[in-house]
Amino acid sequence: MEFVVASSIGVLTAGGVYLILRLRSFPVILGLALLSYAVNVFLFASGRLAVDLSPILSKYGDASYTDPLPQALVLTAIVISFGMTAVLVMIGLGAFFEAETDQIDITAQDETDPGASKETDA
Amino acid sequence: MHWIIVPVVLPALLAPLIGFVMRHDITLARVASVTGTTALLAVSIGLVGVATDGTTHLYKLGNWPAPFGIVLVLDRLSALMVLLTAILALIVLLHAIATGWDARGRHFHALFQFQLMGICGAFLTGDVFNLFVFFEVLLIASYGLMIHSGGRERMRAGLQYVVMNLAGSTLFLFALGTLYASTGTLNIADLAVRMTELPAEEAALARVAAILLMIVFAVKAALFPVQFWLPATYANAPAPVAALFAIMTKVGAYAILRVHTIAFGPGVPGTEGLTGTWLFPAAIATIAVGAFGVLGSRRLMPLIAFSVVGSMGTLLVAVAAFSPTATLAALYYMVHSTFAAASLFLIADLVVSQRSSDSLKPQPAILQNGLFATLFFAAAIGMAGMPPLSGFLGKLLVLDALRDPGVIGWAWTAILVGSLLTIVGFARAGSALFWKSTAITASEDPAEDGPPSDQIYTAKAGAAQVAPAAAGLTALAGLALFAGPVATYLEDTSIQLFDRAGYVAAVLETEKGD
Repeated sequence: MEFVVASSIGVLTAGGVYLILRLRSFPVILGLALLSYAVNVFLFASGRLAVDLSPILSKYGDASYTDPLPQALVLTAIVISFGMTAVLVMIGLGAFFEAETDQIDITAQDETDPGASKETDA
Repeated sequence: MHWIIVPVVLPALLAPLIGFVMRHDITLARVASVTGTTALLAVSIGLVGVATDGTTHLYKLGNWPAPFGIVLVLDRLSALMVLLTAILALIVLLHAIATGWDARGRHFHALFQFQLMGICGAFLTGDVFNLFVFFEVLLIASYGLMIHSGGRERMRAGLQYVVMNLAGSTLFLFALGTLYASTGTLNIADLAVRMTELPAEEAALARVAAILLMIVFAVKAALFPVQFWLPATYANAPAPVAALFAIMTKVGAYAILRVHTIAFGPGVPGTEGLTGTWLFPAAIATIAVGAFGVLGSRRLMPLIAFSVVGSMGTLLVAVAAFSPTATLAALYYMVHSTFAAASLFLIADLVVSQRSSDSLKPQPAILQNGLFATLFFAAAIGMAGMPPLSGFLGKLLVLDALRDPGVIGWAWTAILVGSLLTIVGFARAGSALFWKSTAITASEDPAEDGPPSDQIYTAKAGAAQVAPAAAGLTALAGLALFAGPVATYLEDTSIQLFDRAGYVAAVLETEKGD
């Protein structure tokens, strides 16, 4: 159980980090989605792993239970990361239609673009 | 005391109202937005009055006690930050309305109010997970504001900004997960208790969490290894939005001050001195990056953006000392640099609106050359830290606080050389923009540069357009003029911040000394 959870977090994080270092916006968006999955599983595991237990404290103190707080945190994190991914897709699309390229880096030539026309004139 | 939650609830209610009901009527949206921000200013002045007595006020949402429920905490520091936000927001909003920026895209006012909600919430919350949620609120609004009115460069810079911050948010969640796994709580006051009880040899995981959190806040505060998003973002954002973003970097600095002083600060066996050790060299490097950036910029907007990076470096050098005197200096400099950066962006917006671009090459003189030159040099003097404006006093306080033999060499060298380079950079930019321009006569204009002369830059900036930028400069002058009372308040603030036991007792509602 621990091994499965730990390795899935590791694999998702590794894949996510690799993808957000790509130059095009689509892999970067995918990478961020993978990273947010990884962090959701990680948050879930931060309340200790327990199988087949309810997140309710029994009135008899000896019964074990699973920590409900990380589950609430994960729910919040899922909602936020889902919304953020949607926003990112829209901004990515907007940037693609404006710039007609989905390259995510600003090249040196682009950065001096507004002054470039001046340079030839002066 | 329901007033504590008003800075969060007021913009939160106003924003959807503006977004849905007033979306087709810009005049109505402007009136509502200005009214709301003015009310926010009034409330935040009231909150500073409430906080001045030195007690830490608590607002329990749903009346649940602190470690279980969500709390908002009002002390001198958070009241000061909310007041700073409200003043800045009103200045920026008036500028955006006067120059017509808010009408160049949709939903400016709704996003603006959401941004205010997130910033005020981040300053008031007493819970690290809620800090994350408010960070997301202010970020998602800032994404919209950043790409307001569109354009090729702006959209691409906006995409980078969003990707950078989403990666930062993921890291924030990793940090929170680690923190929860090692301490079992996310309330800042409760964290302080648990961290103090945690033996140093078992604190490895908590140390990782503390450093991860520091990196997350450093992304927001544009600290050295993760500062690279700021120049591209600020330089391509609409100028009023860049001016509002001046407070966003301060949110990162505030979060470091709050969380790392109270939860991981002095007196905690596992993490004592850890943050300062890492923060200090990074802040020194940030000053260097800012100074060289100012010197190397070929456009006005990146130049100002790099000066913001440099000022964040100076601020964080003072924060890294984690002592009440240095924090007093940091807070004074924080207030100062917020207004200095915002005024610079607003003045630059006025200057650029009368030129073809913000490139630092001489072009025909703008219409109100004298007026804008005066404003620009006043703001530049403030930012570079020359007398008589508050930047000088701020840097003096920072230098005075960093007298320890271990830090004095690096800190004084970095701040003094950094200031010199900033002065040179601004002087060069100003002379290219305002003095060399007068040498180019308008008659050469059609031959010299064709396309720009077709555009019309005859619209003079009226009093309404200049007033917000001038108000920012007035704030700098006022800060210098009333440095005594302000410093007294800030001294009380930093003493209160370092009274960890007092904060814990107030939030957890236990007797002091438990």
